Amino acid sequence: MSNYDPVEVTPLHADEMARMRADALDAITAARDLDELKQVRLAHAGDRSPIALANREIGALPPAARAEAGKRVGAARKAVADALAERQAQLEAERDERVLVEETVDVTLPWDRAPRGARHPLTTLQERVADAFVAMGYEVAEGPELEGEWFNFDALNISPDHPARSEHDTFFVESVDSGKVLRTQTSPVQIRALLSRELPVYVISPGKVFRTDELDATHTPVFHQVEGLAIDEGLTMAHLKGTLDRFAEVMFGEGITTRFRPNYFPFTEPSAEMDLKCFVCRGASAVPGTPPCRTCKSEGWIEWGGCGMVNPRVLVACGVDPARYSGFAFGMGIERTLMFRHNAEDMRDMVEGDVRFTLPFGMEV
Amino acid sequence: MKVPLSWLREYVDLPAVTAHEIADKLTAAGLKLEAVASYGHDVKNVVVGEVLSIEELEGFKKPIRHCQVEVGEAAPRQIVCGATNFVAGDRVPVVLPGGVLPGGFEVGARKTYGRMSEGMICSERELGLGDDHSGIMVLPEGTPIGADVVELLGLREDVIELEITPDIGYALSIRGVAREVATAFGAPFRDPADISPPADSGPSYPASIADPGACDRFVLRRIDGFDPHAPSPFWLRARLTRAGMRPVSLAVDVTNYVMLELGQPLHAFDATRLTGEIVVRRARPGETLETLDHVVRTLHPEDILITDGSGAISMAGTMGGLHTEISDASTDIVIEAAHFSASGVARMSRRHNLVSEASKRFERGVDRELPLYASWRAVRLLTELGGGTIQPGVTHAEVPAEPVRISIPSDHPGKVAGMSYDRETVIRRLEQVGCTVESGAVTPADEMAAMLAVTGDDMLTVIPPSWRPDLTDPNDLAEEVIRLEGYENLPSILPAAPAGAGLTEGQRLRRRVGRALAAAGYVEVLAYPFVGERDFDNLQLPADDARRRAVRLANPLSEDEPLMRTTLLPGLLKTLVRNVGRGFGDVALFETGLVYRPSADAPERAPVLGVDRRPTEDELTSIEEALPVQPRRVAVVLAGEFEHSGWWGKGRPATWADAVEAARTVAREAGVEIKVRADRHEPWHPGRCAALYAGDTLVGHAGELHPRVVEAYGLPPRTCAMELELTRLEAVLPGPAQAPAVSAYPVATQDVALIVGADVPVAEVEAALREGAGELLESIRLFDVYTGAQAGEGNKSLAYTLRFRSPERTLTVEETTAARDAAVALAAERTGAQLRGA
Repeated sequence: MSNYDPVEVTPLHADEMARMRADALDAITAARDLDELKQVRLAHAGDRSPIALANREIGALPPAARAEAGKRVGAARKAVADALAERQAQLEAERDERVLVEETVDVTLPWDRAPRGARHPLTTLQERVADAFVAMGYEVAEGPELEGEWFNFDALNISPDHPARSEHDTFFVESVDSGKVLRTQTSPVQIRALLSRELPVYVISPGKVFRTDELDATHTPVFHQVEGLAIDEGLTMAHLKGTLDRFAEVMFGEGITTRFRPNYFPFTEPSAEMDLKCFVCRGASAVPGTPPCRTCKSEGWIEWGGCGMVNPRVLVACGVDPARYSGFAFGMGIERTLMFRHNAEDMRDMVEGDVRFTLPFGMEV
Repeated sequence: MKVPLSWLREYVDLPAVTAHEIADKLTAAGLKLEAVASYGHDVKNVVVGEVLSIEELEGFKKPIRHCQVEVGEAAPRQIVCGATNFVAGDRVPVVLPGGVLPGGFEVGARKTYGRMSEGMICSERELGLGDDHSGIMVLPEGTPIGADVVELLGLREDVIELEITPDIGYALSIRGVAREVATAFGAPFRDPADISPPADSGPSYPASIADPGACDRFVLRRIDGFDPHAPSPFWLRARLTRAGMRPVSLAVDVTNYVMLELGQPLHAFDATRLTGEIVVRRARPGETLETLDHVVRTLHPEDILITDGSGAISMAGTMGGLHTEISDASTDIVIEAAHFSASGVARMSRRHNLVSEASKRFERGVDRELPLYASWRAVRLLTELGGGTIQPGVTHAEVPAEPVRISIPSDHPGKVAGMSYDRETVIRRLEQVGCTVESGAVTPADEMAAMLAVTGDDMLTVIPPSWRPDLTDPNDLAEEVIRLEGYENLPSILPAAPAGAGLTEGQRLRRRVGRALAAAGYVEVLAYPFVGERDFDNLQLPADDARRRAVRLANPLSEDEPLMRTTLLPGLLKTLVRNVGRGFGDVALFETGLVYRPSADAPERAPVLGVDRRPTEDELTSIEEALPVQPRRVAVVLAGEFEHSGWWGKGRPATWADAVEAARTVAREAGVEIKVRADRHEPWHPGRCAALYAGDTLVGHAGELHPRVVEAYGLPPRTCAMELELTRLEAVLPGPAQAPAVSAYPVATQDVALIVGADVPVAEVEAALREGAGELLESIRLFDVYTGAQAGEGNKSLAYTLRFRSPERTLTVEETTAARDAAVALAAERTGAQLRGA
């Protein structure tokens, strides 16, 4: 303390300090933007600001006065620093707000620069059906579309003279006795599965099939079916019913089950026609006096497919012992399923490839 | 099969139930309802009138009569009528003012042709009884005046139409349907075939069966002195009409009536046209027959014929011959009722493209015991309605047949169903079907029966009735029990399938490819796989192109497209044109599907094997070898803008590069890197065609289409396409991807600009740079291609960014420069590339 000066220092006087502090706070409040605030900071909180200069004078005070003066200066500096920080935050927020407002665009502008694509609903519906069965432990089996007659008919117990064979409206490969046809059903895959796989066999096989129908709103010569086959020891019609009931629920929701009616297919015995409980009206529309249902035509049930216990003759033709193994098979039309599941009214739309039909179905159905 | 309920009720004592209730029960039993038609329920105020007098009105273009008609009221009605087929004194149906005819057609009193007409005299058609509109319907003498015509003629009728599956021929008859209805309602059934023909001896006409495989029962009965002009009574015509058959003449109508009622097809010959013995035999080579439809048919040696001394007179159970047909002069009639081979009739019917009511029934199985009874019913009905006398004797040729016997354990139906039926139920249900059930087992009749045999405790031996030739196997009997006990009563039990392996790699790949292409902006189509030679021409395929070798269909839907596709492009291109035509010029489409590629040396015929055992591997191979190879392909076509124009600026037209990129998109899903080489391959533009390779395997092509292809299909200019064989890609799937080591050391970047000849493929330059740069190279990117003056005539400048990184240290400038120089050096050596500005 060699430069000790016992003279009282004016800047450290309480009044003077209060004035400096008030000046600083006023200036801070008055700063209109960040640049001005920067100047204010320099002027009132910089090294050469009055408060900083006053602070340097503390050492010149008599020791008794130093503590009090120090306290005053400290309080003033803190108040200024706080005010600066607060104003800084305030002005930054204001600036940000202003810039972001200036950057505003019209987010309602349309944007369809990249083309949209989609998968065909017949493809994705086949996948959905397959997935339902894969989840039950089935595997997806496949076979050729241009098939040997033996696979398409004979092995399935449809003999050459059987009326069912002529009802199939078959495309024959030239010449008519080539023994080759466009498969009329996915059932030949059953035969291929039984010939190539180890027992037990649980397979599902979606695919393309062909009949000589002219294209109209409800027919197409090229369409899709999905066929299921289970061969194991001790399988019964009750198992068939349980499987299809489960499948119906997976596809259409809880409580949507199936109904069997006797029918005839050469490759199953007993055979049944399978109806689906209407998943829209849940059967209610069949009661007279209730509102009509367009999905089931107010019948309460929708015809869905055919099924039955695999005819033991089919097992014999595949070298499977019918005394030990039994099983069931079922099949349904994918086009028809798409029609009632998605209210698609005209089969031509599924065939023509108009992008307007396909786009709404996206990646999955 | 249309079943008038009044007919059904003749043989079943049905409770008061509606047509729909009956139809529901039949549907549940397997005879599916097609439609219910109701007739006459809306008809009212139609009465019998007697024409008192007729005044012919003059001065009109057609004859008009003004009649006084007594209808049992205080005064006669005056009615104007345009028909002339009646005389005063005739009884006729009259609809009175306020009355209603079928179809809700209301009739009032009105002035017409200058006279009052209080109602209308009706024709059969106006009463809803068929097509006869030639004149008004004249009722029999003595029909009570004023009687309600609806009641009198039985105009009220409900008809249920059933879909009959091909196995149950018996249900193509009132008899068969009545039996099912009786079982369904637990009501008594009277068999219409339960009639007793006299035990005649001696043939009515000489006949024999020459081929026992063609016919196992042949019955003839004869009527002489029949009145060929006797009309079919109204009830007969009405029944036939309701059942969907057109009345023709009494003799024909009766044979049809008996067929509908019993299910036995009958044929009537004019006895005076027959010469010598009738023989049932197969046709001889070259034999012909002019059938009822005036077609001269050349017969096939397998055709089953009815013949007499003159040769063929009828195609058995299919169609009769013209010469022996009964006519409006036939007084002596021979009625044939026979049981022909189902498959024999089926083949004949198919061979000659002749489907008749008779052939339909024979194909599906007719009761072999019926001919004696049905023929008796027919001749009785004919003589009752048309006079004449039934000649004594009946011709009855028969080939004895052993009835089928099937043994099953009594619990077999329950084991098939998955529930239990007690023994009594099983026996009762089988007996309701018409089976005879005995205790014990029999040995299987043949090898197939032995393979199908079911053994167990409490064996039953079941003899199916003669009208159920479809019941041959144990499961056939199980079905009868289960369906009559009700399918609706089956329990629902989900079986536990063994754990499956999920989708195969190929199946997963196909799904990924579909999703990836859709995500890239392509819309999937499923085009028909039919093409024509025209498509191959449009695609500019050379004459020897392998894709011209296509499978030809014997019966294509369109003569223009008789072939199976060997490429996916025609279907896609036609779909693209359709979309453009509908106003969508920016189109990107894809399809995945099979193509059909016959191999040149494949056998012509796929053998049709037997079904009594598993075929040998050689036999199966013989089928596979005859089938075309059917690989799965994926293809895209695209035209217009692939990136749309908009307020943001110009879009980007689809180019050859998008088509190649589509191939890369597919390959990426397979984890396979596609290498591209320039190629010339139709239908692509010879200068814009990329051959796509996976390793050394050619998997497809992509690029812009040849302008001639664009023109031939009417495509938008510069349409592009890609086609790739997924099956080949599946064969080279690399398996699980290997995780890369990710280096955290800094990247070092070097740019190089190379001058190469304009015809040097960029892919070769890049490959050389990669190889030359060595292991430190992380990536290489071509960021500019320049062909201006500074590159020099006939050259192009390629500007690349090379990124280097080491997994273990920060690279020095010297290291990366050395690597870059090595890269450039190799490119120079391989492609003549020179560093630009060097």
